Amino acid sequence: MADQKKQVKIDVGDGAAIPSKSDKGLFSAWLISFFLAIAVLLGLLFYPNAETAGKYRDILVFLKDGIYVTFQVTFSSILLAIVIGFFTGLGRLSKIWIVNILASTYVEIVRGIPLLVQLFYLYYALGKFIQVPDKMAAIIAMSICYGAYMGEVFRAGIDSIDKGQTEAARSLGFNSAQTMMYVILPQAWRTILPPVGNEFIALLKDTSLVSILGVADLLRRGREYASTSFDYFETYTMVAVVYLIITLILSKLVSIMEERLGQHDQR
Amino acid sequence: MINDKPIIRIANACKYFGTLKALDNVSLEVSQGEKVVIIGPSGSGKSTLLRAINQLETIDSGELVVDGDNICDPDVNINAVRMELGMVFQSFNLFPHKSVLDNLTLAPRKLRKTPKAEAEAYAMKLLAKVGIEDKAGQYPAQLSGGQQQRVAIARALAMNPKIMLFDEPTSALDPEMIGEVLDVMVKLAKEGMTMVVVTHEMGFAKEVADRVVFMDHGQILEVGTPQHFFENPEHPRLQKFMDQIL
Repeated sequence: MADQKKQVKIDVGDGAAIPSKSDKGLFSAWLISFFLAIAVLLGLLFYPNAETAGKYRDILVFLKDGIYVTFQVTFSSILLAIVIGFFTGLGRLSKIWIVNILASTYVEIVRGIPLLVQLFYLYYALGKFIQVPDKMAAIIAMSICYGAYMGEVFRAGIDSIDKGQTEAARSLGFNSAQTMMYVILPQAWRTILPPVGNEFIALLKDTSLVSILGVADLLRRGREYASTSFDYFETYTMVAVVYLIITLILSKLVSIMEERLGQHDQR
Repeated sequence: MINDKPIIRIANACKYFGTLKALDNVSLEVSQGEKVVIIGPSGSGKSTLLRAINQLETIDSGELVVDGDNICDPDVNINAVRMELGMVFQSFNLFPHKSVLDNLTLAPRKLRKTPKAEAEAYAMKLLAKVGIEDKAGQYPAQLSGGQQQRVAIARALAMNPKIMLFDEPTSALDPEMIGEVLDVMVKLAKEGMTMVVVTHEMGFAKEVADRVVFMDHGQILEVGTPQHFFENPEHPRLQKFMDQIL
């Protein structure tokens, strides 16, 4: 039909762009960014001027602990978020009214409040009633927030499996939990894993927010260094380059994982 | 071969989909070893009746007793009842992430706790029976429709069910593949399996059915031998239906 409007799919994820081989432009962009980032890093660390190079090396050494904390918060949060997301996704699909409404309300509330506000709320506002160590507060807040997003990922993934699969399993005598474990999840994880990878990268970047709570992550360590040395330009350049290299490597890993999954489907 | 004791007893079953009466006061008994073929136009309730037997659909009123268990009773473990009821679907519904062999062994190993080697040996025997033992290591997507449906039959048999339910098993198949599936079903019937089959294949009904049930608008309108159905159908709706499909 001539008057039919072309449906445009605008796909802007909150994670890093995943460099698929089929998307030549994006793939080249990944390569350029990656080598540029590495070149800048090496350039700074081995700058001809020994004093400047030494400063950048000092910064990187100082940031090292922060990188560790950033990964620690990221991994803990993503694992918790996956658990929360799994149950939220099941809840969103539940035919039991109260379970469904609870899960849906959780997703709705969490998605409507900025992560930074959630972090403040959990640490400072609720601090009035219960004292939680800063790192733990950060991990809990990140997990609750990303658990809601993850819930949507699980819901869509489980929902994408044909109803006939459930009927076949149930007709053999499997109960609903066994059906989920042996039949639905092993099929759904192929749909679920790539967006989980995206969320993982998005979460890693968002952990920079926890520096506000005083958690000594990558950004916080940068701030500490800069506030004593006043080398703002050098410090934040290094912080940005380190974040960029980490997310570029992770997005590459996610794309490799997606390709592997794609190959399985063709067998 | 037919035992008089009914293994399935359906009494006054009613089922509504919204305001639509999918099952309207349906009563039917199936004896052990009996082969019952259910025919009828689409939307007549024949699939709903079949799916009610293993509670993929629940009935709103009436009684449904399978192998001595009243399956409408919430205290009855429906999963245990389903282990005795093999089901074959129109769309095969094989597990795409498992090999043919694993499709057959999954339920016996997890539900009956059959040791792996034993489950696999039995699975191979069943695959030989349905004529595709050479496909054991392949995945469902690599098989033709007829082969997939034969695997689905073998998968249901792997649980050693007392009753086999078939929901239009050949309706999704290319014409040249229908025969290979029906052959397996005929073989099974001759071995004495209790079978309830929803199908349009009148040749199959003629060959194996002890009784044919005609349904329309959620009601059973006529029950009789295949011969009766071909030679002197009584209900005018059945006469019209037989004229159309033959």
